[in-house]
Amino acid sequence: MDLIINLTLNGLATGMLIFLLAAGLTLIFGLMDVLNFAHGGLFAWGAYSGLWIYSQTGSFIIGIICAILTGFLLGIITEKWIIKPVYGNHVQQILITLGLMLVLSEMLKVIWGPNQITASPPDYLKGSWELGGVIIIKYRVFIILVGFLIFTGVQFLLKKTKIGLVVRAGVMNKEMVQALGINIQRVFMFVFMIGAGMAALGGVLLGPYSGVIHAGMGMEFAILAFIVVVIGGMGNFKGSVLAAILVGLSGSFMAYYVPDLSLAVNMLLMAIVLIIRPQGLFGAKG
Amino acid sequence: MNNDLLKLDKVETHIGQYHILQGVSFEVKKGEVTVLLGRNGAGKTTTLRTIIGLNPASKGSVTFKGEAIQSLPTYTIAKKGIGYVPEDQGIFAGLTVEENMRVAIQKDDEETAKRMDWILNLFPDLKRFWKKPGGLLSGGQKQMLSIARAYVNENELLLIDEPSKGLAPIVVEKVMDSIIQMKAETTIVLVEQNFMMASTIGDQFYIIDDGRTVSHGAMKKLKEDEEMKRKYLGIA
Repeated sequence: MDLIINLTLNGLATGMLIFLLAAGLTLIFGLMDVLNFAHGGLFAWGAYSGLWIYSQTGSFIIGIICAILTGFLLGIITEKWIIKPVYGNHVQQILITLGLMLVLSEMLKVIWGPNQITASPPDYLKGSWELGGVIIIKYRVFIILVGFLIFTGVQFLLKKTKIGLVVRAGVMNKEMVQALGINIQRVFMFVFMIGAGMAALGGVLLGPYSGVIHAGMGMEFAILAFIVVVIGGMGNFKGSVLAAILVGLSGSFMAYYVPDLSLAVNMLLMAIVLIIRPQGLFGAKG
Repeated sequence: MNNDLLKLDKVETHIGQYHILQGVSFEVKKGEVTVLLGRNGAGKTTTLRTIIGLNPASKGSVTFKGEAIQSLPTYTIAKKGIGYVPEDQGIFAGLTVEENMRVAIQKDDEETAKRMDWILNLFPDLKRFWKKPGGLLSGGQKQMLSIARAYVNENELLLIDEPSKGLAPIVVEKVMDSIIQMKAETTIVLVEQNFMMASTIGDQFYIIDDGRTVSHGAMKKLKEDEEMKRKYLGIA
């Protein structure tokens, strides 16, 4: 039983990290019709900048805040100078964002060196609890809680605020939003910034979870995030969290029982969804 | 004194490689309903989209209240006081009727609240389905929602594109009545294929053919001009 609980917690924690990356990706695709292959780069930059600040200040919280701010800043720069000139042209978007992904990864090596960097949680998140004979690792619970908190916060933003309403309307019909007197470009930038911030948060949380970070981590997680976006429905925020949990759990269980198939099972899941329900399990742009 | 609220002067619009508008000129007087008539594909919808900035003019000028607006982004044009009801109604299908209205509201003040009350009294169905997603409304209800959304702000000009399209005759009558009531409050440019509706509501008409304005005058005159109706509108 304790094995099942631990695998479930592990899957949920991984799922939440993937969700933080996939949520921005799906919102950016839904609203702006942009496939951002550089999103994983923002995830890696969040990890490096946040953990560097953490190592300098000794405060994990300050590290997290700095990672999010780095994400915001890189998000604004990416949207304004890289994505904006290629709106509406998917081929150019793919090429330029893939190029940016490489630049972002290489820049990490230039600044922090090519070697892996180790990371560990702060003292108050180290160790575990024992509940009824089951060992529960504190940091995993922390990641699940943060993921849940972010999901609830973004849901609140989307459902209960005017800007959220505009974002949802923009996902459905951009032209009409503009014809109602709303500057959609500002909404684009806002969404990009939020998406990049979430990705960066995911990155900084991953460091102490996996124990090491490296420049290629963005691309590795971006693949999982793209799988999640396809399974959850492109542009569907709620779908992305459910699909991320599904991918996290299947990865966790498969890694234990059939390790050789742990990534393949996600690919298989995506292929099945694409064949049976091409709009994703939870529908596109919801 | 110049009474023109909107003026288009030799407007040309390209969409991709296609030269859709090739010289559209007309004036809209304050307080009137100006109807754009013409066959399918003549350029009527593109004319409205050019005014609101969704298909910006490549040549010529669009002047609203004396100010050139042809180079402004759509949201700025809309904020200047132009409401737009597109041909496909532009309803946000996943948002409720209430949310569709909330997205549209530019100023949360007493005047807007008054206008909201007025329009909801005109279209009680919207009140009835207030919490229902826009995508689940009937064609007529969607049209009402689209018109209500354009009207709720203090817009001086409404651009309404084929409000009767695809609607049952009884619903067309309801929509027509509502436009007649709105006429007392605002200026309207109406694109309409249904000549009965156009001639009932319209004060002035412009005929667009092959992307050019080819004729205009008082609607009363057109009603009696069988030759022009046959030539440009295909009405025998």
